[in-house]
Amino acid sequence: MLAYLIRRVGQALLVIAAMATIVFVSIYAVGNPVDILANPNADAKEMAEISARLGLDKPLWEQFGLFVWNALHGDLGRSFVFNEPALKLIIQRMPATLELAFVALIMSIFIGIPLGVWAGLKPDAWSSRTIMSGSILGFSLPNFWIGLMLILLFAVQLKWLPSGGRGPTTSLFGIQVSFLTWEGLRYLLLPAFTLALYKAALVVRLSRSGTREAVLQDYVRFARAKGLSPTRIVLVHVLKNIMIPIVTILGLELGSMIAFAVVTETVFAYPGMGKLLIDSIGRLDRPVIVAYLMMVVVIFVVINLIVDLLYAALDPRVRLQESEG
Amino acid sequence: MSAPILSIHDLKVEFGTRQGVVKAVDGVSLNVYRGEVLGLVGESGSGKSVTGLSILGLIDPPGRIASGSIKLEGTELIGLPEDELRRLRGERMAMIFQDPMTTLNPVLRIDTQMIETIRAHENVSERAARSRAEEALKRVGIPSPAERLLTYPHQLSGGMRQRVAIAIALLMSPALLVADEPTTALDVTIQSQIIAEVQQLCSETGTALIWITHDLAVVAGLADRIAVMYAGRIVEEGDVDPVLDHPRHPYTYGLLGSAPSNNRRGEKLAQIPGMTPSLANLPSGCAFAPRCAFAQGDCSTAPPTLTHDGSRAWRCFHPVPDREDVR
Amino acid sequence: MTDTPFILDRGESLWRQRISQFFAKPSAYVSFGLLVLLLLIAIFAPMVAPQNPYDLAQLDIMDGRLPPGSKSMDGKIFWLGTDEQGRDMLSAILYGLRISLFVGVVSTFFACIIGASIGVFAAYKGGKVESFVMRLVDLQLSFPAILIALVLLAAFGRGVDKVIVALIIVQWAYYARTVRGNALVERNRDYMEAARCLALPRSRILFSHLLPNCLPPLIVVATVQVAHAIALEATLSFLGVGVPVTEPSLGMLIKNGYDYLMSGKYWISTWPGLALVLAIVVINLVGDRLRDVLNPRLAQ
Repeated sequence: MLAYLIRRVGQALLVIAAMATIVFVSIYAVGNPVDILANPNADAKEMAEISARLGLDKPLWEQFGLFVWNALHGDLGRSFVFNEPALKLIIQRMPATLELAFVALIMSIFIGIPLGVWAGLKPDAWSSRTIMSGSILGFSLPNFWIGLMLILLFAVQLKWLPSGGRGPTTSLFGIQVSFLTWEGLRYLLLPAFTLALYKAALVVRLSRSGTREAVLQDYVRFARAKGLSPTRIVLVHVLKNIMIPIVTILGLELGSMIAFAVVTETVFAYPGMGKLLIDSIGRLDRPVIVAYLMMVVVIFVVINLIVDLLYAALDPRVRLQESEG
Repeated sequence: MSAPILSIHDLKVEFGTRQGVVKAVDGVSLNVYRGEVLGLVGESGSGKSVTGLSILGLIDPPGRIASGSIKLEGTELIGLPEDELRRLRGERMAMIFQDPMTTLNPVLRIDTQMIETIRAHENVSERAARSRAEEALKRVGIPSPAERLLTYPHQLSGGMRQRVAIAIALLMSPALLVADEPTTALDVTIQSQIIAEVQQLCSETGTALIWITHDLAVVAGLADRIAVMYAGRIVEEGDVDPVLDHPRHPYTYGLLGSAPSNNRRGEKLAQIPGMTPSLANLPSGCAFAPRCAFAQGDCSTAPPTLTHDGSRAWRCFHPVPDREDVR
Repeated sequence: MTDTPFILDRGESLWRQRISQFFAKPSAYVSFGLLVLLLLIAIFAPMVAPQNPYDLAQLDIMDGRLPPGSKSMDGKIFWLGTDEQGRDMLSAILYGLRISLFVGVVSTFFACIIGASIGVFAAYKGGKVESFVMRLVDLQLSFPAILIALVLLAAFGRGVDKVIVALIIVQWAYYARTVRGNALVERNRDYMEAARCLALPRSRILFSHLLPNCLPPLIVVATVQVAHAIALEATLSFLGVGVPVTEPSLGMLIKNGYDYLMSGKYWISTWPGLALVLAIVVINLVGDRLRDVLNPRLAQ
């Protein structure tokens, strides 16, 4: 167990190191941010000054060495644009993105599982066929366009919900969140729903195939023979069995949701770290881009570990194997 | 004789398949009395399991009960609203299945699976249900039941799991227990222990038992009465000793003859020639005729009707001559 | 799914059989027909479009932001309206479709060739080479495609060629994995043994024996990936890191209309979006059908 843990953590660190190198080289090797930051009328001397201040005059390997050394001390560089630590900027925006991703994840579960279970229980009903066609669309349609259409419908035409931005926030354990007030929630609904659709299609498929498999199992037949109500059979016997793979996969997908929030945040002008990334790419603000990517890589690696633990907690068979082995 | 606990009359169950409608059960009639053990014997595909599932109302599409009547303690079950049927399941009639590895839900603890059964039928407190569950585990011979209640199925052996399933089935002291080959998947030693336990439990509570099996040896030691099924029909029925000692239907005769214990060592094993017919295209007369050593011309014209002789009955135009001992 | 035995030494009859299987379902005609239509429109866009949307001489700023069905200053009708520069949306969509499909098809084609070659090579070499390549594939596939594409384009800058390169890098791993999985099965088959016994050159075994047998699943993955590539390109262009303003794909057109969406000028974003959706759905339908025909095992 301990050997396994050490190996896992070692792998994770290796992934982070590899990604750091790739990210740094690809971002720092191209373009010249001085051109953007400097006054258009600046002369060569001024340009060189800015370049020196930003450390861009040094050779690439020296910049990388400095970057690694600083990164190990929690310093991922200063934003060229805001003149603030890049990591601080990212962390400032992180609660908004995490809130969006979590609300979307929960929405995708609450949308996806009931629809998927229904489609699994009645595979031939027209309603189930509609659900499955919808999930294929959810898989293949570009998510940003769905977001735009939702804005068009709910914000522009019906005027029910705001078209973008983040609502008022309240403090929860020192973190600014907006889902606690109705007004804040109103701003969250459309972007979270858009982001949720992206995963709901996956949840529908998983829960449908899980349900179809589960209802054929002997334990469901035995549960019926015991005289349990259909509601209890579906909600306890079937659901608990299909939740295990779904939670595993969704957990792994949380990382991709945070990454995909880049698109949703841009569509809804939502001030999260994804929007910051896009703005920074436009401004060639390299330290912020690198800080964002490093942050996401770390989140991915951490999520992978957490999911493994959750999986063990949910499936008693895994728990037993681990305690034995 | 008192009224039967279970009375099936002319039950027909059909399955819609790509090859057309298949009659899995075709006109089965049965009576089971209080405290009685009925052995329902047949090969796989003979309709014995489907008959068992029909009683509990557990036939799923594409299958359906086409016609007939199933009365449990006088209540007609066919056409009963699903909710009322559900209340009878587990309470007045219960069922256990073949594979104990899969009948219990792998992700729910034993106590959850037992307590939910009681609370589905009775409005009792969790604590009361728990002590009854513990009691039930003790009755089926599970050591330290209080601890076992807190385990998950995969932590128990196959025999233990089947005992748990039996305990769950008998929790509400049903009038009828349908056991669908519950020992086939188990080791022989555990098999006989479990058979003995079920037999004892049922006789204590007066629960009638339908034991579905393909194994005549099991039935011989357990059942009071036997019904032999072939291709969706009961071909022979009666008290267990006369039927097994002097079978009248050629199929029962063949089954007994092909049991390895009835063959002498070194001799060629007796067997029934041919294969179980496909239910999708049965011969027009007696379904067994193509494999039957006693068959004559009229066997393939119309299905034989039931011939009664005292407590036994068979469905054959040319039965095995009486008193021909197969042993 | 068919009972007819495949006759493997007569490749032509095998493919003919598959084509007739493909069209066994009437809906396949519709999706395939639509796909051909879209491709023809894209190829011949300059001939079918009412105007050349990038010839500034043909644009009149006075025609800007007209709703669908409006008449231009010189009497032409803009069936789908105009954008802020007075560009006919219908023409812009036809040209945009051309660019979107071009990016999708070209990037998928090269990703497929590169990825498949790497996959076959890895499977054939085995050992360390194989495990290194597959580690790389796993590592790349564990990160979302959009993220990798963003990093690459942040580094490369904008441009059709750059988007294509980024999409190739994002996609190659799918093919490498598909091919390697198939090659693992194939390399233990008897005909591979026979080829080795005949001492055929390694390259010949790779390319004339192993690769053709990996082809059917590859075609299925590639078809669906074209749709993914188009959607990904549209997303990147919408984010402003994809194609340049001078060569707007459908995604770019949607981005241009985004600013006008709030004021109710829906058509600038909606019509290009619908064209995009149509293209993606049609390609997916054809891909599904191909999956049924070419690889019954993959079908759910």
